[in-house]
Amino acid sequence: MSAAPFLTVRDLAKHYVSRGTKLNILEGISFDIAKGEVVGLVGESGSGKTTIGRSVLRLVEPSSGSVKFDGTELTTLSAAQMRRTRPRMQYIFQDPFASLSPRMTIGEILTEGLNIQGIGTRKERMDRARNALAQVDLPAEAVNRYAHEFSGGQRQRIGIARALTLAPEFIVADEPVSALDVSIQAQVINLLRDLQQRLGLTMLFISHDLAVVEYICDRVIVLYLGRIMEIASSADLYARPQHPYTRALLSAIPSPDPDAPRNRQILKGDIPSPANPPSGCVFRTRCPVAMEACAHTIPELREVSPGQFKACIRDDLN
Amino acid sequence: MDERVDPILDIRGLRTIFRTRGGEITAVDGIDLSVAAGETVALVGESGSGKSVTSLSVMGLLTRNVGAIAAGSIHFKSKDGAVRDLVTLDEEQMRRIRGDDIGMVFQEPMSSLNPVFTVGDQIAEPIRIHRNADRKSAMNSAVGLLDQVGIPDARRRAGQYPHELSGGMRQRATIAMALACDPTLLIADEPTTALDVTIQAQILDLLIKLQRERGMGMLFVTHNLGVVAEIAHRVAVMYAGRIVEEGPVGEVFRNPRHPYTLGLLASMPRLGEATRMKQTGDKLAAIPGVVPSLADMPDGCAFSPRCSYAIDACRVAVPPLAKVNAMHRSRCIRWQEVGR
Ligand SMILES: Nc1ncnc2c1ncn2[C@@H]1O[C@H](COP(=O)(O)OP(=O)(O)OP(=O)(O)O)[C@@H](O)[C@H]1O
Ligand SMILES: Nc1ncnc2c1ncn2[C@@H]1O[C@H](COP(=O)(O)OP(=O)(O)OP(=O)(O)O)[C@@H](O)[C@H]1O
Ligand code: SF4
Ligand code: SF4
Ligand SMILES: [Mg+2]
Ligand SMILES: [Mg+2]
Repeated sequence: MSAAPFLTVRDLAKHYVSRGTKLNILEGISFDIAKGEVVGLVGESGSGKTTIGRSVLRLVEPSSGSVKFDGTELTTLSAAQMRRTRPRMQYIFQDPFASLSPRMTIGEILTEGLNIQGIGTRKERMDRARNALAQVDLPAEAVNRYAHEFSGGQRQRIGIARALTLAPEFIVADEPVSALDVSIQAQVINLLRDLQQRLGLTMLFISHDLAVVEYICDRVIVLYLGRIMEIASSADLYARPQHPYTRALLSAIPSPDPDAPRNRQILKGDIPSPANPPSGCVFRTRCPVAMEACAHTIPELREVSPGQFKACIRDDLN
Repeated sequence: MDERVDPILDIRGLRTIFRTRGGEITAVDGIDLSVAAGETVALVGESGSGKSVTSLSVMGLLTRNVGAIAAGSIHFKSKDGAVRDLVTLDEEQMRRIRGDDIGMVFQEPMSSLNPVFTVGDQIAEPIRIHRNADRKSAMNSAVGLLDQVGIPDARRRAGQYPHELSGGMRQRATIAMALACDPTLLIADEPTTALDVTIQAQILDLLIKLQRERGMGMLFVTHNLGVVAEIAHRVAVMYAGRIVEEGPVGEVFRNPRHPYTLGLLASMPRLGEATRMKQTGDKLAAIPGVVPSLADMPDGCAFSPRCSYAIDACRVAVPPLAKVNAMHRSRCIRWQEVGR
């Protein structure tokens, strides 16, 4: 990304203290997102995907590091300044059931953000709500109904419409299709891709499903235990994964193709606890090609081919 | 399914109903399914299609007074070779079969583990009850089982409580518990759905290995077609309480003959495919609409409101399971025209 990036994250870290132990949840997270680009954030449960997404929007406060959005440093903004920036950045939640209030009509849910921001007259706000519903292929009369009257896929569309009413330029979509059945998931994925292209949205797309990410993202960040293991374009990452963890992750995904070669590489052991991360490379306790040196060196994220970065000290792998 | 010899589980015409506030619903409507020794059969379908209700019906674990088997038979061959219809057994007889002849593994390991007992004690208990083993030898067997399911340092782990184990290890422990009495049938309901992919790969690998070594039959419930291809010999695809397609996994996935199976396969994003689809601008083939409510089922074929092949004749009666070939069935009147 040589043009000035739209979002720049540098050395982001997040620590929690739990029962007297320090948890290093995120460490040295740096990446850029260009305008109109969709970047995927993948990793297993607890790897820190949500924490990154929320830190970027300052829904949680990072412990250190910098987040620059369209030239403005967000981490030092006052609450009032942040409130003014908020509408430009929206968050779509995973759970279409929990994220919509059961007591509000869809119209109220969709106009809530506009209300808080004091945007438009009542009628203008309702028009924007209806317009957002049209964008996600729901009928305008839905404004008078309640969330429980809709199916899971429809509720997720409502969640997306809610994010769209404020006409954001940047969206963090946190597992937006994970709770949905496959046939419905495909509807919502197609919709998201369509909207992204039509509205030129910039997006951080969080998912543990690498196939979904490949379908929707231009570039992908692979996370393990709160550290970035690899960053590459989707085309490169899926065809030529460089990091041993990315390779293992890709090979662990069961393929529905009965003729696919079944040569899964099975990682041993469990993901370590953030209370007690391994020294050196955090992946080394499960890495099939770890060496003595991996325990002593924290691998830097380095460019191994144009646009492809990996955090692994070994260069002799193929 | 009819021609196959000597199943250990043979479900015929199973119909399971629930009494709800809105009236009676039929969650499982006339299912035929069999599992032979050494065979893994996957039950696949989307949320609410009746997979769990089918397996709960077999295990006799339907919530009393709410759910009931309204019709059909479930013949099961226990270790002693006796074949009995589980539908006719009382609670005490079912209790003896569960955990001895039939092992069970569920999605949430904590639903089968008791938080106040050590993992070792919980695995040893069925061995003591069903095998009349003394405390010490039961515990030794438990440690052996934990070792077999790949838990390192098994003796120490046996002394720990469930909350001290990771999610993957807990699931291994419930598998050890299910295997404690050497069951002939293992029923696994979404055993890897709550796990990360790298841990899922470990557990699938383990189940495949154990199933082969022990020659067990396995009824494996999942909504993930990739997992089906990985683990099962045969697959039954469920939609709205009925099996709509059934056959050997390779055959059904290569040559689907029901529009719903075809749609499911096409709506899945596949690794390596997506980059090409992006370049060509192709979209995932989503199935339009939603699954019907069991309280308000369409006439005839339940898939007809979403089916691109639907014609008037589809809405007249529920299509029968048509025979595509000796092993392969499709509940579609137009199966001959359906295909990739
Ligand atoms: N408030 C908190 N206090 C302590 N630890 C926390 C807190 N919030 C999150 N964590 C820990 O931070 C780590 C990362 O959590 P996060 O939710 O970002 O993971 P994730 O990658 O989004 O996982 P998932 O795929 O399960 O959603 C986890 O170990 C989690 O337990
Ligand atoms: N105790 C119950 N009372 C009323 N209805 C029930 C009960 N248990 C299940 N059902 C209904 O039976 C149908 C089938 O449910 P089942 O749990 O078998 O689905 P499933 O295929 O296992 O779905 P999932 O993938 O979500 O686990 C659903 O419509 C469900 O709402
Ligand atoms: S640095 Fe070492 S342990 Fe880490 S991924 Fe590379 S080879 Fe494996
Ligand atoms: S019977 Fe008709 S509606 Fe049903 S799946 Fe076949 S073609 Fe479609
Ligand atoms: Mg998360
Ligand atoms: Mg279920």
